[in-house]
Amino acid sequence: MNEPRVRRDFSDGPLCLSGRGVTKVFGLGDKKTVAVDHVDFDFHEGEFVSIVGESGSGKTTLSKMLLGLLNPTEGEILFQGKPRDISSGRKKREYWKGIQAIFQDPFSSYNVFHKIDSVLLDCINMRGGRALSREKKIEMMTEACSFVNLKFAELTNKYPFELSGGQMQRLMIARIFLLKPRILLADEPTSMVDACSRATILDMLLELRNETGMTIIFITHDIGLAYYISDTVYIMEHGRFVESGPADKVILNPQAAYTKRLISDVPKIHEEWDLSTVDLKAEE
Amino acid sequence: MKNTLRQVFHSSKFLVGFIIFALILLTVWLYPLLINPGNPLEMIGVGTFAKPGTYVSLYDAVNTRTETLRLPDADDKRVAYLLSDADRVAMIEWFGIMDIDVSELDATDTDALLDLWFENYDPAIKPKGMTQARRNFFKRLDKSIRQIRSADTLKVMHPEEDELVERSSITKTDYVNVGDVANVKLLPLGTDNFGRDVLKELVSATGTSIVIGLIAGVVATLIGLTLGLLAGYVGGLVDDVIMFITNIFTVIPSFVLLILISYSIGQEQRGASVVALVIGFTSWTWTARSVRSQVISLRNRDHVNLSKLSGHSLVRIIVTDILPYIASYVVMAFILQVSSGILSEAQLSLLGLGPKTTVTPTLGLMMNWAMLYSAHTNGSWWAYFPVILTITLISFSLNLMNTGLDQVFNPTLRD
Repeated sequence: MNEPRVRRDFSDGPLCLSGRGVTKVFGLGDKKTVAVDHVDFDFHEGEFVSIVGESGSGKTTLSKMLLGLLNPTEGEILFQGKPRDISSGRKKREYWKGIQAIFQDPFSSYNVFHKIDSVLLDCINMRGGRALSREKKIEMMTEACSFVNLKFAELTNKYPFELSGGQMQRLMIARIFLLKPRILLADEPTSMVDACSRATILDMLLELRNETGMTIIFITHDIGLAYYISDTVYIMEHGRFVESGPADKVILNPQAAYTKRLISDVPKIHEEWDLSTVDLKAEE
Repeated sequence: MKNTLRQVFHSSKFLVGFIIFALILLTVWLYPLLINPGNPLEMIGVGTFAKPGTYVSLYDAVNTRTETLRLPDADDKRVAYLLSDADRVAMIEWFGIMDIDVSELDATDTDALLDLWFENYDPAIKPKGMTQARRNFFKRLDKSIRQIRSADTLKVMHPEEDELVERSSITKTDYVNVGDVANVKLLPLGTDNFGRDVLKELVSATGTSIVIGLIAGVVATLIGLTLGLLAGYVGGLVDDVIMFITNIFTVIPSFVLLILISYSIGQEQRGASVVALVIGFTSWTWTARSVRSQVISLRNRDHVNLSKLSGHSLVRIIVTDILPYIASYVVMAFILQVSSGILSEAQLSLLGLGPKTTVTPTLGLMMNWAMLYSAHTNGSWWAYFPVILTITLISFSLNLMNTGLDQVFNPTLRD
């Protein structure tokens, strides 16, 4: 792996998304599950944030709440410093112009009955380009595809299932390129694609951030990946943030036992894999 | 779409079901058009339950040019028709009553039997202990036996003369060509209790019943689909209210509801389409429930979330992101609803709560008529058996199509 990038400190920059005491509880009574438990966070504009945690730690639930697909049971989410208001369909649509997502599984992210063109055309329409000429739209779609190293001419009139997983995920990034939201929520976008595609996708995300200055909230279970890519890292365990801060500080000098365990769980090429920290009881 | 259709028609089960159903539809369409036009409820016969076969006008046959044919087995056939084995047993029974020794007699020897009969039978004799009905039976038997020994020639009298004048005579060797007889009527399934052509009635009834099934299926599927999609996708309070209503309808036995509604509408107002609507309005519940559960499993899929993030409206998400994914399921549910609609109509009509009886025949009404006029007890199988067979065939073909579709769309069911 390359040397970690030069990181920037965003802690003084303008806030774009923050939360206070955000909680999500599923079920009632005996079946009550606290998925996200009173978390606080501050994401700044242009920041590359990683939320790291193992499966079931509540990462995806948190991301759905950030997207406004789930309502928090408790707590408050602030969007650009003001309390977020997504009470009506119109307000939600307005909010989604500023926040978009890439999901984990590219194979289930597309409506298989629609051609690829319609996915991209939707984005142009959403950005107010409904009245543009057909040629202009094709030009925009071609540009978006070439940004992610895809050829629009080869994709047009194809169905999503005719593409490979990596191509589908890159097309998702092309969608983001067209939408240019202020915030991008990437929920494990690389976990379903092979290692080669993974590096390409990460580079594209970074490029997107550098070009448009969007905030990227990157959700992953892979702390190595988070270290490589992010400015700030939040470590999540059982619905809580156990540690957070600049990536260098958190990963090179971890304080919480859970963070240390996550770091030692990363397989390494040149040294023996340390499994001593694995909590076998917890695994059971 | 094209590939899906090709795949569907590749399934042998679906194909067989489809062919049977298509043949039934084709018959319903072409039979009245080409072969047997006219009102299916026209009473062509006087008297009940004429058995299946070709009917030749006797009057026209007499007036048709005859040919003489000497067929070697003609007499045997005539005797066999007039004197059955049961009749021979009855004759020997009479000889027993008369105390005649029949140990030497061969029951198959027609001449000996007839000689003995003419010597010993006298309708005036009233054997002890024999009922009037049994004596009448022997009188009828005697009449039929006498025809065997009657003269070779029948006389046809002139109808308009005062005294008997011979117009023509018919001998046992006279034959007419059926093609020459002016009036020949083929009744492949005979007539029913009102003297109506059963086949013509059956074809018309099949058409009506399929229409009833389709209307009931469309109504039930539309209601069930709409409620299921709304309940499943919107969730929350909407889901609670819709499921509350659905559960109430599920708990009330729909057939009882159907009977009560049919009864309260009254015979006069109950046309075929009204009955179809009533069936549709009482059978949507399970479509609603199953569509709802399918939608719930779909509504949290990523493509639906993505569609939401793209700012699509509720209706658009339901129509473009949910409906296509459950379309195959809805088609299968619709097929089953059509099938059960046809069966429900048959059940209702059998109870006398079907469409009014004077306008169009339905499969259920035909069963009802056959039952009311005891076709099953007097051996008139042609009045009800073809109807049962048709209902079974329609139901079978629809269910076969459903199973075929199920195997295409749920690959785990393929064997």
